[in-house]
Amino acid sequence: MKTNINIKNRVAIIGAGMTLFRRKLKETPQEITFEAVKMALESAGLEAKDIEAVVIGSAPDAFDGIHEKGEHLADGALAYLKPSKRVFVGGATGVMAAISGWWHVASGLYDLVLVIAEEKMSDAKPHPQAVFLHIWDPILEKPLNPNLIWIFAMEMHRYMYKYNIKKEDIALVTVKNKKNALDHPAARDAMNLTVEDVLNSEVLVWPVQRLDISSITDGAAAIVLASEKVARRFTDSPVWIEGVGWALDSTHWTCRELAYPLYLEYAGNMAYKMAGIENPRKQLDFAEVYDPFNYKELHHMEGLKLADKGKAPELTREGVTQRDGDLPICPSGGLLGVGNPIAAAGLMKVCELFWQLRYEAGKRQVKIKNGYALAQAWGDLMQVSTVLIAKGG
Amino acid sequence: MQKIYPSIPVLKEDEGKIVEISYKPEAKYLISAGQAISRFLNELKNGKIIGRKCFKCNRILVPPRMYCEICFKSTDEWVYVRDIGKVVTAVVSYITVDARKAEKPEVVGIIEFLDAPTQGIFHRINVNPEYVVNRKIFGVTVKAVWKKENERKGDINDILYFEPIEEIK
Repeated sequence: MKTNINIKNRVAIIGAGMTLFRRKLKETPQEITFEAVKMALESAGLEAKDIEAVVIGSAPDAFDGIHEKGEHLADGALAYLKPSKRVFVGGATGVMAAISGWWHVASGLYDLVLVIAEEKMSDAKPHPQAVFLHIWDPILEKPLNPNLIWIFAMEMHRYMYKYNIKKEDIALVTVKNKKNALDHPAARDAMNLTVEDVLNSEVLVWPVQRLDISSITDGAAAIVLASEKVARRFTDSPVWIEGVGWALDSTHWTCRELAYPLYLEYAGNMAYKMAGIENPRKQLDFAEVYDPFNYKELHHMEGLKLADKGKAPELTREGVTQRDGDLPICPSGGLLGVGNPIAAAGLMKVCELFWQLRYEAGKRQVKIKNGYALAQAWGDLMQVSTVLIAKGG
Repeated sequence: MQKIYPSIPVLKEDEGKIVEISYKPEAKYLISAGQAISRFLNELKNGKIIGRKCFKCNRILVPPRMYCEICFKSTDEWVYVRDIGKVVTAVVSYITVDARKAEKPEVVGIIEFLDAPTQGIFHRINVNPEYVVNRKIFGVTVKAVWKKENERKGDINDILYFEPIEEIK
């Protein structure tokens, strides 16, 4: 049953757009922002003047080398003389931007809101990894010269140890998502691989190998949100946002049980409760869980109660999470397949809900039964998750 | 759904031909270590590890914090903990901070202090990488190996690394 929460307006997604996701795009951050916004407006059948407010999502400033990236992107984001804000919760930013856009409309403040997320990672030299050094604690952690992959490797290994998970099973996620991406026209990393290819790829930080990770990517994505009052003026098939949730764990990541994302359980529960979802495993038609690393897809499925603890690898092995399986996970191809321009990647997942729930996903189309689907992102120091549940029809 | 996606990818053959500007920001900081961590760093100089105890949840927080984030109250007293813990997780790094190949592999992990359950720090572990790959290092008791007293500076590198003090089975 849906909980009776005080939401003034039901909110629909009525348009979506994204640029190509590529290793390097010629455009500036503002230019790709402009391109994604234009595509979302066209998809919604709106003109620029129709948008009342704008939410911008972008991850660490240091990638583009410019602080206050929200302001930097504003002109390309259709924010000129409009109420606009930038949202930032690390890797979880893309879905958080959509949630923020949701409350702009749900509160009754606006009827038409644009949400845009952008990331240009190719500018940082020699590699954006060096920029990531500055997210660590400067006193106790940075002096040890950590590479960002270290923390994920530590979490992955803890997860593998606790539930006795094999690397072969985790590698299946890479194989699935990169294959799914073959049908995504904007994908950067679509390919046919075998489990052996993944297991034989270069070891970076054991247990993390090259093909366990998504790639650094440039790209932008955008959606248009509308209140119930106006949505049907623009489309016969709005996609409704039925639930949102987010939660943040302690920054002291070395003092947490890394094998299970408790904060995601909280975020998921908040969204499920709002959407009236009691059995997510049965009621969701598919889920775009956040997959910057292959083990994260499994980890997140468990936090979202789409699999029992330690059992997501089994579902993957049985084919349940394939596009034609019982519960498709990342039918878009995810971050592993489509690419990982951080904030834009999260919003790309929301775009995928929009296209799938309107039967517009082409070769990627999954079977829609109940009409519910979920998008999730994750970030900061492995401590925050953001969840959005949408319903078609 | 629109079939044509905007933007122009830069291909390998275009590299060096597009207009690009090089830019290197300079930023320097002098960061206050604060109440809790200043004491922690000073104690490292003495070869000791100190935490803060919260009387409400009874946790000893290491590294120390002046407040307990769960009970949301000030912590109550300073408590020394032994420099001994168990390995909660460990990895072998083959790359440097900016993703270049490292000269030699380095093992790092999280050590949970025996005297402060749930509380750990991340540090180097001096162990053969093979014990990380076969996961035998998990749960092994390790002890800090310190720099010589006159070389300690009051920073996290005063601990050289942690090292197993029991046989790895």
